[in-house]
Amino acid sequence: MKASWLIALLAMLVAGLGWGPAFADPFPTIPKAKGERCVEDPQYMRRNHMDILRHQRDDTMRLGIRTTKHSLKECVSCHAVDGKDGKPVTVKSSQHFCSSCHEFAAVDIDCFACHASTPEAKR
Amino acid sequence: MSATTSRRAFLASASAAVATLAPGITLIAAQAKPADQPASSAVRWGMLIDTTRCSQDCSACVGACNVENGLGSHGRPQTDPQWIRKVDLTSKRTGQKLSLPVMCQHCEKPPCVDVCPTGASFKRQDGIVLVDRHICIGCRYCMMACPYKARSFVHESLENQRPHQPRGKGCVEGCTLCAHRVDEGKLPACAEACASGAILFGDLNDPKSEIAQKLRTLPTTQIRPELKLNTAVRYGGLSI
Repeated sequence: MKASWLIALLAMLVAGLGWGPAFADPFPTIPKAKGERCVEDPQYMRRNHMDILRHQRDDTMRLGIRTTKHSLKECVSCHAVDGKDGKPVTVKSSQHFCSSCHEFAAVDIDCFACHASTPEAKR
Repeated sequence: MSATTSRRAFLASASAAVATLAPGITLIAAQAKPADQPASSAVRWGMLIDTTRCSQDCSACVGACNVENGLGSHGRPQTDPQWIRKVDLTSKRTGQKLSLPVMCQHCEKPPCVDVCPTGASFKRQDGIVLVDRHICIGCRYCMMACPYKARSFVHESLENQRPHQPRGKGCVEGCTLCAHRVDEGKLPACAEACASGAILFGDLNDPKSEIAQKLRTLPTTQIRPELKLNTAVRYGGLSI
């Protein structure tokens, strides 16, 4: 009697701890980039990409330094995700590299109010 | 030239002479700034516009500017952005007609920079006057201060901007002298598109450059020189 009660309790605990559907995938699905490796360590990028981009933006805009290593244009083209029509999706799509994480983190970005969120199609 | 040479053949040979401007382009390419170097104050980029070569029915420079910078129309000309305007002039005294492109004159002492409350309007070391949209608040003081009416305000949300030319609603914008092209050693889009060779681009500070030589030898003027802004865009044949 005592043993069956224990087993029932254990079963309840396991059910409670088990990953339900809501917790099946607690992290956003980040699309893979085209390049071999990122310009910086991915862990570093996750935490510091905004500072890198801001630094580069002032260098480029104010001074005319146009190195490509930390340029938003390069990020966008390497991390482009093709949609069903074979064309890169814009930031409006949840598939977009930036959106995939920023939607999860609920952090709005306004970069793409002005900047292109897709690489340029051939003209 | 023999008497039998047709006017057409003469014009063809003349245009071939214009085509030899290509070495001029390579000269500028040789000056292309290394990507990791900032723009230098040793250089001052400018343009000389020969109004005698500019025809009233041509707007190739405006078209090229629109394509290069992704300037589209919303079908509302009053608020559509305009980085270059073609201005047609007729002399009241003589009836002489002139046509010329007017864009940001990239002043040495730009009034737009003086009035900007945030520092968004600024002059680069090489004399190119730009708007830093990251800190532009869209107050439009610069538009009022500019004697050349050279700046536009973006009134509507935009899509499909060109990657090299970010633009967005709520910011003031204007001719960048194609800084993104100049940094790569290319000509501004308008100068490249001008088939009659009316737009000469180069370094005003380099005494050997074609533009500096022409400024030295030909009668040229600035628009509204009395303002003493020392513009980088100069005009030839502008004497009405």
